[in-house]
Amino acid sequence: MTDATTQHGTEKVKRGLAEMLKGGVIMDVVNAEQAMIAEAAGACAVMSLERVPADIRAHGGVARMADPAKVEAIINAVSIPVMAKSRIGHFVEAQILQSLGVDYIDESEVLSPVDDNHIDKHAYTVPFVCGAKNLGEALRRIGEGAAMIRTKGEPGTGNVVEAVKHMRMMNTQIRNLTTLMPDEIMNAARDLRAPYDLVSEIAESGTLPVVNFAAGGIATPADAALMMQLGCDGVFVGSGIFKSGDPSERAEAIVEATTFYQDAEKIAKVSRNLGEAMVGINIDTLPESEMMQLRGS
Amino acid sequence: MTVGVLALQGDFREHISLLTSMGVATLEVRTAEDLKLADALVIPGGESTTIGKLADRYGLIGPIRERCQQGMPTLGTCAGMIFLAESTVSGHQPQLGVLNAVVERNAFGRQVDSFEADLTVIGLAEPMRAVFIRAPWMEKIGSDVEILATVVDLKGCEHPVLVRQGRILASSFHPELTGDTRLHQMLVESIDAS
Repeated sequence: MTDATTQHGTEKVKRGLAEMLKGGVIMDVVNAEQAMIAEAAGACAVMSLERVPADIRAHGGVARMADPAKVEAIINAVSIPVMAKSRIGHFVEAQILQSLGVDYIDESEVLSPVDDNHIDKHAYTVPFVCGAKNLGEALRRIGEGAAMIRTKGEPGTGNVVEAVKHMRMMNTQIRNLTTLMPDEIMNAARDLRAPYDLVSEIAESGTLPVVNFAAGGIATPADAALMMQLGCDGVFVGSGIFKSGDPSERAEAIVEATTFYQDAEKIAKVSRNLGEAMVGINIDTLPESEMMQLRGS
Repeated sequence: MTVGVLALQGDFREHISLLTSMGVATLEVRTAEDLKLADALVIPGGESTTIGKLADRYGLIGPIRERCQQGMPTLGTCAGMIFLAESTVSGHQPQLGVLNAVVERNAFGRQVDSFEADLTVIGLAEPMRAVFIRAPWMEKIGSDVEILATVVDLKGCEHPVLVRQGRILASSFHPELTGDTRLHQMLVESIDAS
């Protein structure tokens, strides 16, 4: 299509792909073999990265974008969308990922940030997803051009507590905005440190203008359904699948729990005999220097 | 009259809010029991492999196929079109096989090739703003399939992107994302006619 009415990379096209992922599970994978297991289990997309967050946490050092050869191998192995992570502020990693043909870039706190400034995401044809702990952070990212938001639960911990906190905070802050009078919106924007126009839009609509997924610490089908019942549009699972005893079974179970998130009997059924979940970390034992969610804000 | 919307995965809420804005009663369909209460069915956009696998695991393929064959008005958008079709050009995935067509998935390329454009549709006075997201097109269609809109690819080849076969309507693009109610109107009108 090359007629005068054709447009690529518009807000509608970028936000639209996230709409298609809703009600689905996006799984972290580090190679083509894992990507194929994820696709066969019913993942709606995969996230390609060098190491899953639990290994990044254990390994330490600087975590960077995945090897392009690895990203390409994953792209060639599956027919579902492939996402990849760039470091916060690393616009050249993002340029490289766009040139490889990834379908979404996650400007992610799981990798080591390179800048206080985030990437100018309007400048790309490929859409971006970013993490947010609260409404202000989400609106700053959307202002920079993010087409999808996710919670910023503590990655690689297998502990969903922080993702729950972020989602509750988001819901409360949105609900509060809808109660404001028009002449109270500017102060709300100041307090949220968020663009006025977006704050005003949400006060009117009562909902984020982009899709919001759960991410960080989801390890069981019940965790996925919990986040869905709290109002998330879908679920990212990082270390939770390939750090568990039986990745394929667990992946299928999390996909089914995400679809039937309101049906306790079905969630009970898929949760039976899943084997070992990943070993978790209690957040209060983590020093602040190891909290990935504090990166970028 | 109730329009069921297959709610396994994808943008089913967008279809529901569009239908609701038209004053049409809707129902989320996740099981064969839900399907029994629907007079028509929308199969939304989403990931076609995910939708197909869940439909297969939860025993929905047989019942939906049967209803389609009995003439239930059905609209499939993007992943919904793939799910309705006979087969895909490459790979195997669970499909209903009620639409006499072979589809090419991700036919336009990857997400950076996704686009929106004005589309001329046979039977509609004004063009439609159509959003194509990692969209499929029809590679082959049967003689009983009527072409309502096409797009021309970069090589100058024309491909069907909106087709009708009996009471089944299938589009490569997403009317539910633009708020254009005309395809949903066609679906609702075919319930009235049945």
